[in-house]
Amino acid sequence: MPVLEIVDLKKGFGGVQALDGLDFHVDKEEIVSVIGPNGAGKTSFFNTITGYFSPDEGRILFNGIDISGHQPHEITELGIARTFQNVRLFPNMTVLENVMVAQHCRSKTGIFGTLLNTRSFKREEAEIEANAKDVLAFFGERLKGYRWDQPAYVLSYANRRRLEIARAMATFPELILLDEPTAGMNPKETAELTDLIRQLRDDKGFTVVLIEHEMRVVRDVSDRVVVLDHGVKIAEGDYETVSHDPDVIEAYLGRPAEKTDE
Amino acid sequence: MTQSLERSVDVEELPPNPVDWSRVQKWGALGGLTMSFVAAIGMVTALDARIIISPWLTMGFVSVGWIPLVYGSIAGNEPSEQGPARAVEGERELVSGLVAGLLSGLFFALFIVLIDAVDFTDIFGRLGPRLVELLTFGKGLAAASAMWIIGSGLLGLAGGAVSVVPRKVRKALAYGIAGVLLVALMEIIVTDITQGLRIEFLSDWIYALNGGLTNQSALVVGLLSAVLGWRSSDQTLTERRQARMQLDPDVRFRKNAIAIAITILAVIFLPMILGGLTNELLANVGLFVLMGLGLNIVVGSAGLLDLGYVAFFAVGAYLTAVLTSPFSPSWAPELTLNFLSWEGWVILGIVLIAAALAGIFVGTPVVRLRGDYLAIVTLGFGEIIRILFLSDWFAPYFGGAQGITQIPSAALGPVEIRGTSSQAMFYLISVFVGIAIYVAWRLQRSRAGRAWTALREDEDVAEAMGINTAAIKLTAFVTGAMFASMAGMLFAVKVGSVFPNSFKLLVSIVILVIVIVGGMGSIPGVIVGAVVLIGILGGPTQPGLLQEFGEFKLLVYGVILVVMMLKRPEGLWPSLRRQRELHQDEIGQDAWLQLEQGAAEGTDS
Repeated sequence: MPVLEIVDLKKGFGGVQALDGLDFHVDKEEIVSVIGPNGAGKTSFFNTITGYFSPDEGRILFNGIDISGHQPHEITELGIARTFQNVRLFPNMTVLENVMVAQHCRSKTGIFGTLLNTRSFKREEAEIEANAKDVLAFFGERLKGYRWDQPAYVLSYANRRRLEIARAMATFPELILLDEPTAGMNPKETAELTDLIRQLRDDKGFTVVLIEHEMRVVRDVSDRVVVLDHGVKIAEGDYETVSHDPDVIEAYLGRPAEKTDE
Repeated sequence: MTQSLERSVDVEELPPNPVDWSRVQKWGALGGLTMSFVAAIGMVTALDARIIISPWLTMGFVSVGWIPLVYGSIAGNEPSEQGPARAVEGERELVSGLVAGLLSGLFFALFIVLIDAVDFTDIFGRLGPRLVELLTFGKGLAAASAMWIIGSGLLGLAGGAVSVVPRKVRKALAYGIAGVLLVALMEIIVTDITQGLRIEFLSDWIYALNGGLTNQSALVVGLLSAVLGWRSSDQTLTERRQARMQLDPDVRFRKNAIAIAITILAVIFLPMILGGLTNELLANVGLFVLMGLGLNIVVGSAGLLDLGYVAFFAVGAYLTAVLTSPFSPSWAPELTLNFLSWEGWVILGIVLIAAALAGIFVGTPVVRLRGDYLAIVTLGFGEIIRILFLSDWFAPYFGGAQGITQIPSAALGPVEIRGTSSQAMFYLISVFVGIAIYVAWRLQRSRAGRAWTALREDEDVAEAMGINTAAIKLTAFVTGAMFASMAGMLFAVKVGSVFPNSFKLLVSIVILVIVIVGGMGSIPGVIVGAVVLIGILGGPTQPGLLQEFGEFKLLVYGVILVVMMLKRPEGLWPSLRRQRELHQDEIGQDAWLQLEQGAAEGTDS
């Protein structure tokens, strides 16, 4: 059974049909790339899955449960985490706090436990902190040690992207949605992140869906590529197939001018 | 790489900056305008009663005298936040200050001539012969004008000199002046303490018979404060706090524990040696600290601008009145707020539950709103609750405009805590403030506290992190409401009666100003803010230390708020997080520079 199965998804904003009858599925421990020209509906697609937009029509099944119309926090709790296209951290919280706050839905101590400083509260806090450090260790030395107590805004751009992924991992999801994870990175950082995305699946067992413009990344990580244009899926398959598909080339480059007699 | 970071320029090589005459004119004219304004609204006349140094310097003259000094200093001081290093200070600052001062004086002299020629008393009550008499020192218009112009010029010159003299001297002078002003203004408290300690001779020597310092004592106090300023550390408060954060956790813990122990001892023993008036001030401060701590959670931590906060204060006060007063119109169980019997705890429980319900009632419709919309809606709710209490509909239960009177005192077993006994009230309020501080402190560094911060930083992302933003907002509202309702309960037994008019919008605003001035999200900040605004200036209905300020209180609040927003937006005692937030560029820049330097040295992080 696929982890995520989407059937005939539709979402319109006034005159624009951002998603127009989209079918989509991801299997367990698969890496799927969603590509398409600007305005194809990729981010709207993510926003609809994660509950920021409620779909006009169609079903979104996550492990067999219909999650369309759920609140974003409920969807996170069910096990879908995401990153944002333009990095959105909590800039004034420290690196560690950023990852700790992500475990909100996996912890439960209420106000009274906090006030009485109960043993379960202490244990849970210690656990949250240990988990956070564990997740940050995934990025090697990048987000370790003295970085823990630095506010997130002092991080370099690439480290912000990494922290955002760490934060998504800390919600203990099954499926991670990455919205252009390598945007704005240099080739070296991009290569490093490509490896990391693969490790997300291989070592951590996450299922990954990513939106990506950098074709080298798409080629290197994807098990399958889905191409969107005007809210419709125009092609699907492995990278080689998709990259030679005439519809895809047309969507990106436009139709060749028709020859006329004159 | 390192080459481009060499930013130091040899200062001696730069030509001296010329005097910026348009700037001088601007600040001179502004100075004159401000002086005239202060005189016109009657501050000089009203504050004339408060003597600083007997007999020649009163608060009235201080209220205009600071203007040429400060404006002169600004006129000569070019903003130097960016760009290359400036030339050495000197001539330019002095000339600018002097001229700006002279201009202000000239402007003000013209103002005096004008109000002497035309009597405005019919329109502006304060612009009359009394003001002229005060401002001319009874020496005739020409002589007085000359004195104002020369005096302002000298003050302006002194203002310009401020940026020329070495830092140490500047600091000593500032401390000296501040010391004299403080000791003079705190006359009541100082006399109170010396009487409590039975060393009245000290205050007898310091203060003149008709109030204010004598010439000798002013000299001594000024010198002592100046020495203190000279010897004080060069670190700013923030630097010291940051240094403290670097300390070993054990050492820091011990230092904090000592500081807390001293504070607790002071709270226990200080009221014993203080007189009624000072205790009254402290009790008022305590009430507002209690409310400030609650609003600090809502606004400071969770970032929800709640302008109707007074509603919860009203709920607490009214419920206490209904439960205790025999004059409660419809239902009067006549309980007493006795914390050694079940009755007190029942009242506290009912008040807290009602406040939580009120918090949910107000919170539920507004949790989906953000920013300005939330502020407007809460503002409306605050007014609705006050008007409900005032309405005919509620009058049979809450007494309408007549309110509920004869609320009995609180008690502790057989010991009665009279509302009129400010010392006992202070102890009672302190206990609640202590609990509130503990609760606020625990919540700040917990799961809920982190979620509130995340909510403030970015609501959408907080939602994506699995935080139920609606629920967490409601929690913030309810927690804040409970703090305010406790304050309301104490207010009711302290004052002995409640009226709808005690719960005006102004109260909400004053609490908000306390939180902002003290430092959003900072617990000590709330206390500092409450001491400054309620203790010194006075609350919405409570007189402060500077009673003469009463009618100008709101003006001064406004001025403080504007100056704070411009010069120290993070508040007097900010939380470190908030400080980082408002000086992000600078810190980010420094961090970037360090990184670059590190990279240049080949130590890639």
